[in-house]
Amino acid sequence: MATLQLNDIVKDFGGTQVIKGVDLEVKDREFVVFVGPSGCGKSTLMRMIAGLESTTSGEISIDGERINEVGPADRGLAMVFQSYALYPHMTVEDNMGFSLRLAKVKKAERREKVLAAARILQLEPLLDRKPRALSGGQRQRVAIGRAIVRNPSIFLFDEPLSNLDAALRVQMRIELARLHEELDATMIYVTHDQIEAMTMADKIVVLQDGLVEQIGSPMELYHHPCNRFVAGFIGSPKMNFLDVEVREASGEGINVALPGGDCRVPVDGSGVSAGDTLTLGIRPEHLKLDDAGPLTGKIVVIERLGGVTSLYLEHGDSEWILVADGDVAHRVHDQVRFSFDPTCGHLFKCDGEALSHLHRHPLVDIDRKQNRVSSPSDGQ
Amino acid sequence: MNPTMTKKLLLTLLAWSIALIVFFPIFWMVLTGFKTEGEAVATPPSLFFEPTLAGYHTVMARADYLKFALNSIVISFGSTLLALIVAIPAAYSMAFLPTKRTQGTLLWMLSTKMLPPVGVLMPVYLLFRDMGLLDSQLGLTIIYMLMNLPIVVWMLYTFFKDIPKDILEAGRMDGAGTLQEVFYLLLPLTLPGIASTGLLSVILSWNEAFWSLNLTTSDAAPLTAFIASFSSPEGLFWAKLSAASTLAIAPILIFGWMTQKQMVRGLTFGAVK
Repeated sequence: MATLQLNDIVKDFGGTQVIKGVDLEVKDREFVVFVGPSGCGKSTLMRMIAGLESTTSGEISIDGERINEVGPADRGLAMVFQSYALYPHMTVEDNMGFSLRLAKVKKAERREKVLAAARILQLEPLLDRKPRALSGGQRQRVAIGRAIVRNPSIFLFDEPLSNLDAALRVQMRIELARLHEELDATMIYVTHDQIEAMTMADKIVVLQDGLVEQIGSPMELYHHPCNRFVAGFIGSPKMNFLDVEVREASGEGINVALPGGDCRVPVDGSGVSAGDTLTLGIRPEHLKLDDAGPLTGKIVVIERLGGVTSLYLEHGDSEWILVADGDVAHRVHDQVRFSFDPTCGHLFKCDGEALSHLHRHPLVDIDRKQNRVSSPSDGQ
Repeated sequence: MNPTMTKKLLLTLLAWSIALIVFFPIFWMVLTGFKTEGEAVATPPSLFFEPTLAGYHTVMARADYLKFALNSIVISFGSTLLALIVAIPAAYSMAFLPTKRTQGTLLWMLSTKMLPPVGVLMPVYLLFRDMGLLDSQLGLTIIYMLMNLPIVVWMLYTFFKDIPKDILEAGRMDGAGTLQEVFYLLLPLTLPGIASTGLLSVILSWNEAFWSLNLTTSDAAPLTAFIASFSSPEGLFWAKLSAASTLAIAPILIFGWMTQKQMVRGLTFGAVK
């Protein structure tokens, strides 16, 4: 049982604010992912929760109790570092049992707890090895094991997969999700990789420049980004943006001008008037090749991934990315026409704020656990 | 022979010549120690002669070698231990909790090594006299510790700096206080570095002559004073002097030879990860 509450947290490094007032609630047993570009303050925020950085102002509380002044070891948290930070001079067993040894736990009990954690992570055959005799993935597992042994109320992961190769990363991602289910613990996870965020999180916190841009379930961030930054950050390839002029706006939708004719996007248009300039955002997977489509472009690059094909298109100054199915026959330099379903479009004001959709996407409130009930396979 | 072989051969030759040049005085000293006084000053010097232990006999008869040697051991190891005890916390705070002035402090400490010791001889001598430290093991231990402290702190600082911060932070998350952090993580991780720092400090202390000659007379005199005692009264007797010198450097030479692997490992520690 552990909930975490951040209340207007600020971090100031010698006059530079890197965290500028963050409010956040992490519920019990939730898997929360902090995601954002490098330098956005996500790691600093995690280190403040861990107690490795002091908090300039604001309050951090676990289960309702203020912990600002509590030392890192006494917060009941465990952290997995990006570099794993294993103790190189100790065996795997000693690495995992170090916290217990410091807490003066008896040797027999220590071994028992280490073995229990090792069993979960299939580390039993490696207990006598030193970290340098382990592969990257094994080191990663030892680092997680070291956290499990402490039986923390909250697990903190600081970009734990970024030093692994791509295949291993996918495997560990699945393993972490499985672990979350098995341990049934609260977990906070920092990453710059939006795929990790989308696949593992119950709740994603998107950060930029020390501020929270949006908090929500993966599907919510994908379907209802609250501003242009979140829209561009979540989803791969990136969302396409195009400046458009408003023809007509009302509470029932906005008509915008496109090169091949107007289109109506079902967003709340109150406060917008004809003649305004907005930014239209469409995800590459929502664009489709269509000989009667309103948009045209010349293919610059084709990336064939087998199942899908990414087309990079150019039209005047604007560039588009379009994800089509795997058997597109087009070649580079071909002129193509394309269209999109306006209900999938997003409109942003010039300050980046999104105009809210009239219809909520049905999957927005689904969390990862419910996800698994209906489909046991845990892929990306 | 291909170019890489030639290069290797030349480098080997160069290394051997440098080693021989460095080693030659010691070799010659040992050789001279086994000569008679007449042979020792003969020109041209003889390389082949009938070795004699006469020099050693006289040296051992005239002075209590073991007493000097014991003083050397106590003082050099004692000062090294003391220096490490003082330097480890100092280097810890400089490496992990640096301030604006840390770099300046480090440079200032090193700058004291550029001061000729004779410049502070008078005040140190008077202080020692008033405190009753003249000709005492404790006095020399303290002065050697102070003498080596800048180097010891510098070396430890560089070794500590190479330890990834994450590892210490992981320790802190695991519940280690500062002392546990130092004893369970930092010291074991930097042991090769600490060992080589200690060895260097022992060797420097062992070979130090200026302070030992000026601050001791008989009770606490180390082996450097032992050698010096053979140079003065009746003129120079090369064979005896060489025998005395050989006796004086023999322990540290053997010690250095036994620990050379450790020395090299420590001094290149961090460079090769």
